[in-house]
Amino acid sequence: MNLSLLLLVPLITLTALLFCKGLKQVRSISLFGSAVQFVLSFVLLYWYWKERASGNNAAFLFEENYVWYAPLHINYHIGVDGISVAMILLTSFVVLAGVLVSWKVETLSKEFFFLLLFLGVGAYGFFISLDLFTLFFFLELSVIPKYLLIGIWGSGKKEYSAMKLALMLMGGSGFVFIGLAGLFFNTNTVDGTHTFDILQIAQMHIPLEVQQIFFPFAFVGFGVFGALFPFHTWVPDGHSSAPTAASMFLAGISMKLGGYGCLRVATFLMPDAAQQYSWIIIILSCIAILYGAFATMMQTDLKYINAYSSVSHCGFVLLGIGILTKTAIAGAVMQMVSHGLMTALFFAAIGMIYDRTHTRQMAQLGGLLKVMPFISTVFVIVALCSLGLPGLSGFVAEVTIFMGSWERADAFYKVATIVACASIVVTAVYILRVVGKAIMGPLASKEFNLIKDAGWHEKLATGLLVVAIVAIGVAPFWLNNLIGPDADLIMKNISNGMVIK
Amino acid sequence: MWSDYLHLMKMEMTLIVILFILLFLKLGKKEWDAGKLLHFINILLVINLIFGFFYNTEGSLFGNMFRTNHLLALEKNILNLGTLIVSLQSFHWLKDHKHIPEFYMLLLSTLLGMFFMISSNNLLMFYLGLELSTIPLAALANFDLEKKISSEAAMKFILSSAFSSGLLLFGISMIYGTTGTLNYHELSQQLTGSPLQILSFVMFAAGFGFKFSAIPFHLWTADVYEGSPVAVASYLSVISKGAILFVFVSVLYQVFENMTTVWYNLLFLLSVFTMTIGNLFALRQQNMKRFLAFSSIAQVGFILIGITGQSSEGSAAVIYFILIYVFSNLGAFGVVSLVSAATGRETVNDYKGFYKNNKTLTWVLAISLFSLAGIPPTAGFFGKFFLLLAGAGTTHTTGGHANYILITIAVLNLIISLYYYLRIIRAMFMDNNNNPIEKVKATLSPNISFVICIVGIIVTGFASGAYDFIYSLVK
Repeated sequence: MNLSLLLLVPLITLTALLFCKGLKQVRSISLFGSAVQFVLSFVLLYWYWKERASGNNAAFLFEENYVWYAPLHINYHIGVDGISVAMILLTSFVVLAGVLVSWKVETLSKEFFFLLLFLGVGAYGFFISLDLFTLFFFLELSVIPKYLLIGIWGSGKKEYSAMKLALMLMGGSGFVFIGLAGLFFNTNTVDGTHTFDILQIAQMHIPLEVQQIFFPFAFVGFGVFGALFPFHTWVPDGHSSAPTAASMFLAGISMKLGGYGCLRVATFLMPDAAQQYSWIIIILSCIAILYGAFATMMQTDLKYINAYSSVSHCGFVLLGIGILTKTAIAGAVMQMVSHGLMTALFFAAIGMIYDRTHTRQMAQLGGLLKVMPFISTVFVIVALCSLGLPGLSGFVAEVTIFMGSWERADAFYKVATIVACASIVVTAVYILRVVGKAIMGPLASKEFNLIKDAGWHEKLATGLLVVAIVAIGVAPFWLNNLIGPDADLIMKNISNGMVIK
Repeated sequence: MWSDYLHLMKMEMTLIVILFILLFLKLGKKEWDAGKLLHFINILLVINLIFGFFYNTEGSLFGNMFRTNHLLALEKNILNLGTLIVSLQSFHWLKDHKHIPEFYMLLLSTLLGMFFMISSNNLLMFYLGLELSTIPLAALANFDLEKKISSEAAMKFILSSAFSSGLLLFGISMIYGTTGTLNYHELSQQLTGSPLQILSFVMFAAGFGFKFSAIPFHLWTADVYEGSPVAVASYLSVISKGAILFVFVSVLYQVFENMTTVWYNLLFLLSVFTMTIGNLFALRQQNMKRFLAFSSIAQVGFILIGITGQSSEGSAAVIYFILIYVFSNLGAFGVVSLVSAATGRETVNDYKGFYKNNKTLTWVLAISLFSLAGIPPTAGFFGKFFLLLAGAGTTHTTGGHANYILITIAVLNLIISLYYYLRIIRAMFMDNNNNPIEKVKATLSPNISFVICIVGIIVTGFASGAYDFIYSLVK
């Protein structure tokens, strides 16, 4: 399969959008483009499985490698492993659902859909890059559209949030740049030059003292995207001010760029330093998990509730990466996929509630199940997923991480696991409270009686995401088998590093 | 012999021919229609640009005072392109101006001076070119004859140029005193880095610093940009600055190749100050021209990082970045110039709600600003990336990590600069305004210039050909 298609389809959609006139054309082109991309990502999954089943054991499949900037050894090098396939599937789900949810956006709709799909290009490109330069390019590509989406179509203190998000993410990618430059100048290929190629760097042994300097840059840089404590402060403001589709994208995919980058660049390429600094990562992510959970308890705005709980949930991703066992890393990836789907669905449901009731304050909501049964049911399902109910994806991912961390015999890891587990209790408190207050109980206002339930596009969008969540929750093994071998590969790289030392 | 002159000085000769044509236009009795005259001159400039790409060769003239090769021809072509864009953009402003041929004569003389400066192989020739490129600019800065602020700008410009030329000459005379030669090639062998030579180098670099407005030699910049007509301000900030930076790179890499430690340290300091202070000043500017002035000061700081790379990657990155900078800065200046000519409004507050009535212009300005800020997929991202990469890869501080400290400072500065670029974006797209700028009509010439700028911004980055070509010439 030709992987560049994953970039070409959105690019063609974008070009077509430029020539569109009127809301109808814009909507149908965006829907068509993202639907084609959705199908394409399943085609990719099918071919990936087929290749693997036929015994192809290469680390990355469907590689394409073209020289881009020869003097600087920059290549356009793409390829996928199981982890990237999972992330691409996630992206195509969220983008399609995002387009469907924003069906009713009428102010500057052309610009809105253009920027939304443009964000998608950044994410797809990021997940298939095997060259540090292209990876960095796509990472930065997805910052400014977010600024515009939040600033133009957002609500609340949108200018402040948009600026904060843009500056913090740019700062993060600046740190990533320093890490990449440091890595680049310490690689020595056979012919005595440097390289940006991830596969080649993984084969080399970067000196420990170099890793010690540049690992923190790369990890913190990507960590800003993945809401690493204390660089998570853009998350609540950014998410709550963004329009629905943008919050879905932000929480669902953007934060995963960070987790994926931490895994693919920081940990995979600088394994020794990852090993050495793992305790710091674990402490920081435990703080994020607990702090996020407790902060959520104090929130009264639905979007803030989900935003802070995202900080807590993304803490699990970084915890899994920090623990450095095969199971934990697989768990971290599953948590990325699961949280991406779940939080996108959560924001979609909140957006629909807000569209109808014009408030997101918990105190002003109540009894929504009576007037909008479909949306409320979706809300309850996703709330339970966030809480970690077995049978839904959240449970699978979190349990995998805990199992992985329990594999480490050291008492430190055990304490960390227990602390992280404890957060689930707090999660249960805030989730059950919000469901009880907003969805159940008596109707808060008589005006709510006039509310109409979800339209076809909203049902389709949420339906897609619910199906995905349940599919992972009920049958997790297909996902686990997809990710497992590649988590194994990353671990092998780490243990090789330790042997050489 | 004569054919040699014609062939090697081809680009200079073309300019001189155009200058003469303009002179004869003025001589005739016939009153030209302003629009037609401007179109005619623009066509001449297009011919000049196209002709610049053919029949280039290598060689030297005047007892090795003047040299040319493919790289220098490319640099001159970049300046030609920039001049063409500036000329296209000043259409609206010049249409109502009485002295069109004079404007172009002054403009092209400065360009001629820059060509000689770039081609110089001798400090004397360099100085001649520099003066030719500076003095007419002062007259240009005063070209809005009725505006007082314009005269003030011209005065400031001529005084600060005179002062910087003085410093430069002082440096050159000391270099001559210690080595006994002014030829680049001989100088590079004779310069050993003795204390007097270091002092003379500092003087020399200070003179350059004035010209490309590095901090602390920047004080004239913002006032001059604000006072002079937008077209002249954009010319100053892009073409004149670009030319002097081209020369700076080649002088540092060729003449002072034995004094790398000295100039690495000096550039380190200059670059840190220029970036940081330029950015901090840009944060508070309310006038678009002043804002672009300070942002262009900050850009110079980034260019200096590329120069510290001391490699062919570094000097290729600098030339590549200046090419991109021509597109991006002129794109931004073009919109400001158009709006200023049509409505006379120049402050950031005036641009609030700009998107409402001027969708295309807003996108042109926004894309140019994104490119200046270094946001992908614009070419500015590639330019900045290569500059910083060159800075990080310097072989000079092997063992130390000074280069990484420098790029860390640069990265922090990139974030500050993003803030003020986004401030303009926010004003245009998000802020409400009861009295937004009405629809500004752009005629053919500015529109062509915008197309050139936007295509340049988008294509130069992705098409690696541009960088590869520059790199092959540098190497």
